[in-house]
Amino acid sequence: MTAELLRIEKLVAGYGEARVLSEIDFTLGEGQWLALLGRNGTGKTTLVDTIAGVTTLHSGTIRFAGTDITRMRPERRAAAGIGWVPQERNIFRSLTVEENLTAISRPGPWNIERAYGMFPRLKERRGNLGSQLSGGEQQMLAIARALMLNPKLLLLDEPLEGLAPVIVDELLGVLRRLVSDEGMSAIIIEQKARKVLPLTDRAVILDRGAIVWEGESATLLSDAGLLERHIGVAGGKALRVG
Amino acid sequence: MTAVSESQEAVSAAAPEHLAAAQLRRRSAWRAYELVLWLVAVALIFLLPSKALLLTEIAIVALFAVSLDLILGYAGIVSLGHGAFFGLGAYVAGLFARHYFTEPVTGLLVAGLASGIFGFAASFLVLRGSDLTRLMTTLGIALMLAELANQMAWLTGGADGLGGFTIGPILGLFEFDLWGRTGYIYSLAVLFLAMLIARRLVHAPFGLSLKAIKANRVRAAMVGVPANSRIVVIYTIAAVYAGFAGALLTQTTSFVSPDVLAFHRSADVLLVLVIGGVGYLYGGIIGAIVFTLLRDWLSVITPQYWMFWIGLVLVVIVLIGRENLARWHTFLPAPVQRVFKRAASWRPGVKLGGGG
Repeated sequence: MTAELLRIEKLVAGYGEARVLSEIDFTLGEGQWLALLGRNGTGKTTLVDTIAGVTTLHSGTIRFAGTDITRMRPERRAAAGIGWVPQERNIFRSLTVEENLTAISRPGPWNIERAYGMFPRLKERRGNLGSQLSGGEQQMLAIARALMLNPKLLLLDEPLEGLAPVIVDELLGVLRRLVSDEGMSAIIIEQKARKVLPLTDRAVILDRGAIVWEGESATLLSDAGLLERHIGVAGGKALRVG
Repeated sequence: MTAVSESQEAVSAAAPEHLAAAQLRRRSAWRAYELVLWLVAVALIFLLPSKALLLTEIAIVALFAVSLDLILGYAGIVSLGHGAFFGLGAYVAGLFARHYFTEPVTGLLVAGLASGIFGFAASFLVLRGSDLTRLMTTLGIALMLAELANQMAWLTGGADGLGGFTIGPILGLFEFDLWGRTGYIYSLAVLFLAMLIARRLVHAPFGLSLKAIKANRVRAAMVGVPANSRIVVIYTIAAVYAGFAGALLTQTTSFVSPDVLAFHRSADVLLVLVIGGVGYLYGGIIGAIVFTLLRDWLSVITPQYWMFWIGLVLVVIVLIGRENLARWHTFLPAPVQRVFKRAASWRPGVKLGGGG
């Protein structure tokens, strides 16, 4: 049994007075990967942003690695080991690839050379500004930047969104390596459930800001009816995962 | 295999931490234009001894502008009251020399310390609000300080200014001379040391994180950059630099008046940065050279209207540069740009591959 890394209890959060999430409860163990699924506008990004600390939290608690981080500032959460890869990538466009990585690096096993080892394409473009990168390269940079924090938990918000199929395959390969080799925990949001369910241990489906299904990823992957009922598109096309 | 490729392989084979350190070192290596600029500045001691007073003024304005560039160019904090730290440094240096100790390096350090403490306290005000709030806050601080200097005549001499003190020899060895040569060498040395430290700061991860804060403060916080504490640190350092600049003015002229806290000081230094470009430190120096020479020249040929021409130059620069003032060179023809870029970015040492 894995030790608990993240515990969310009775979480109610949103933006300003608007409440998007209601009474969310779930836990994540060390080294576990969780798929966060649901249709558009069901609160997936809000949940991840709440864990990162940038939404309005109305009630509930978030405990990370045994510490209550409910009222902790975003930079303190990042320093505590929460790496965030936002939906819109949010790289620093006026900094070079290398400066993006160096600016936020923290001591630990992940350093700039290791990040380049994971993403050789970034090494080739180390002197280019963030604004000069393609969408796929920006996504790689966003993931590499999160790794430079040496996180215990990685929050990935639709990392495959809008990328060419060949880049999607490359990124899935990277995520597979992170799952198998690094022992890192992650919460990954993705519209195309079938692409990420093979990577994850568990899945949570959100609808209207509440959890409507929670269980093993393998169970969800094998039940097309369940996927169709909750996500609506049978979780995207089947993908061969090696 | 060439020596260069051998060196590259040696670097690649090094431990990752060593390679990252080597990359940081290379990024902060001296560029050709920097070496030329400092060599010319030293040569002017001998080549233009009759212009030492003007050169001293350039060095002081440059240091003041570098100080503003640290907060504006790197952390993106706009300020209309940076003259407060300059003026405070100027008064502290004058009062210290008058009442305690005339040795200028000690006075310089005390003035920098006083401005730094004031800057540290003021930094918590600039953390709050947007750019407009910061403009008003910084302006308000400068105006309050100027009025205090004016009203506290028993301490500052009021509108008549603070005089009646002499500045002793630098480190007890070098007397200030009538022609300003010692003052120029002293100011240049302080500017050089300040630039050395500033270069290290901005090329270190600390400086890169400031750029990240400038790009988007909230986003920087979300990826682990402690934006508030970094802003406090750089604002305090910038205040120390401005205090040094003010102290240099006092020590090289042996006089301080409320003019050092006037609004035009803050506006002028902003203008200097606009002329030279923000976000690369040398914009402050280049801007100081252009601004001071332009002002000197215009005030001779048209004593009553020189501000008009300075204003016109500013309007033209802003119209050409638009929002990207640090990249005015992009308006030059492409071949000229390439030559400039190659010459300016040349650095000694082994190239570490990539684009770095």
